[in-house]
Amino acid sequence: MSTALSPTGRRADRVRERLFVALSAVSVAVPLLVLALLLGDVLRTGLGRVDWAFLTSYPSRHWERAGILPALVGTLLLNATAAAMTLPVGVAAAIWLEEYAEAAAGRGGRARRTAMGWLARLVEVNIANLAGVPSILYGLLGLGLFVRTLGMGRSLLAGACTLALLVLPVVVLASREALRTVPDSLREAAWALGATRWQLVRRVVLPLALPGILTGTILAVSRAVGETAPLVVIGALVYLTFLPTSLSSPFSALPIQIYNWTSRPQAGFQTNAAGAIVVLLATLLLLNAAAILVRARLQRRSRA
Amino acid sequence: MSPSGRAPGPFHGPATPPFERILEFGLVACGLLSILTTAGIVAVLAGETVAFFREVPVRAFLFDTQWTPLFADKHFGIWPLVAGTLLTTAIAVGIALPFGLLSAIFLAEFAPARVRSVVKPLLEVLAGIPTVVYGYFALVTLTPLLQRVVPGLSGFNALSAGLVMGVMIVPFISSLAEDALSAVPDALREGALALGAGRLPTVLRVVVPAARSGILAALLLAVARAIGETMIVAIAAGQQPILTLDPRSSVETMTAYIVQVSMGDVPAGTLEYRTIFAVGTLLFLMTLGFNTLGLRLARGAQRVG
Repeated sequence: MSTALSPTGRRADRVRERLFVALSAVSVAVPLLVLALLLGDVLRTGLGRVDWAFLTSYPSRHWERAGILPALVGTLLLNATAAAMTLPVGVAAAIWLEEYAEAAAGRGGRARRTAMGWLARLVEVNIANLAGVPSILYGLLGLGLFVRTLGMGRSLLAGACTLALLVLPVVVLASREALRTVPDSLREAAWALGATRWQLVRRVVLPLALPGILTGTILAVSRAVGETAPLVVIGALVYLTFLPTSLSSPFSALPIQIYNWTSRPQAGFQTNAAGAIVVLLATLLLLNAAAILVRARLQRRSRA
Repeated sequence: MSPSGRAPGPFHGPATPPFERILEFGLVACGLLSILTTAGIVAVLAGETVAFFREVPVRAFLFDTQWTPLFADKHFGIWPLVAGTLLTTAIAVGIALPFGLLSAIFLAEFAPARVRSVVKPLLEVLAGIPTVVYGYFALVTLTPLLQRVVPGLSGFNALSAGLVMGVMIVPFISSLAEDALSAVPDALREGALALGAGRLPTVLRVVVPAARSGILAALLLAVARAIGETMIVAIAAGQQPILTLDPRSSVETMTAYIVQVSMGDVPAGTLEYRTIFAVGTLLFLMTLGFNTLGLRLARGAQRVG
């Protein structure tokens, strides 16, 4: 698409086109510049605050002595637990939608007329809608269901369950994408060899789709790591002077700590917030790097 | 050969062993969990909301203009919260729509492949930053800057929160709109060019109109996103339910109210506790409406493309 291909003859038109392209390039650049400004500002304020004491201290009324230990540990436990819950369920749901419901009635076409096809269609629409539900409403669900009705209290487990439900639609969607990349010719070959459906899924489809599934799941979890609103509603604590000892312990989390420090009027605490943001962003960066590594490594192995 | 003697057709395979049937039930159960999640959200919201309206008449909720459930003199008029939500949403989408749409046109129609492969991941970074970080940016960095330019800007204000939320939503609109533009068949572009139209008129008068339902879908989904956005407004827009459309003023959105009550220690079963579910129900209905419309339009657009 070079300008030379343009059949436009008139000079005025060419000038107008150049102007428009310049304008649209600027509108891509502006948000990216804002991003750079944001990160630069946070790094300048926060990087100097991050040291060993900051990482290993408990919150304090004096900002110089306050640290993020319980928040950091809380975030790690919370998201590891949530991932452990959501991964098997999400992958199983994706396998059902892609390999069973869809295939049972032939791809496309008649699928909707069978009861199973209808159910699958309902789940599909439902997942698309769930992905658009604001995260704070998952918090209300967690508060009503896990904290109150199931009696978990304002515990680590209640928080993890809430986050697990929150990222479930993303895990299902990512896993379906990954399953769809496995070529049908492999499925047909497995059928021709007399494989049952589960043998096909277990030995052919899953190994090939695994890199995509894991990458998608890590990215979904990295979204959960930054989630604040649902944890606020569940009742995460901002002033915790001990570490969680079990799943029923009260908990704190990095985003909650950032929210609390940002909302305080003293500049010292806002410096702390910037420091905690640096740690949070570093965590997200690590997770994303891990996703890329996992994909690269497993792809190499499956090709071998 | 399959044990039952049934011919293994391409879509049936050998007869399913019993253990695989059980397994299949497990897979279906996992799929149904998503429906249970929706049912759970609806049940929790509906239960507490019904209890709320047993104490507060619907009339007071819809026609009062004050929202003061946490004060001694209680009023339950939802409008201040709705106005705060609409104000921040309008600012955010007002910023994000032109930027997002132009970005999409640039990426889909004009940018060389090399530029696109660099810019798209960068835009995704923008979408991956936690909202609490954007909230920090709005309150600590942007508001002081704006206060030098905008007279009468309060320390917590709708403007700063809305602007930052707009930046957050740009990649969302841009990626959906780019999908819509790319789905327009090349035959339309070639036809316009063959008729002697320049590239710019082709894009603006043929490609963009052909993608309009996909672009509208992006807009609706972005509105739903902005209405439900919580941390930016809770941090930077304030927690005062004032019925105003002045962007310089401190406002409280529906989501920020839920956060405000959650940060305090309101005991379960009280009327104050139930207000957050009533507000949550309204939030659910509003986002569901915009999402449903947007998803339907997006699907229709795919079919045409």
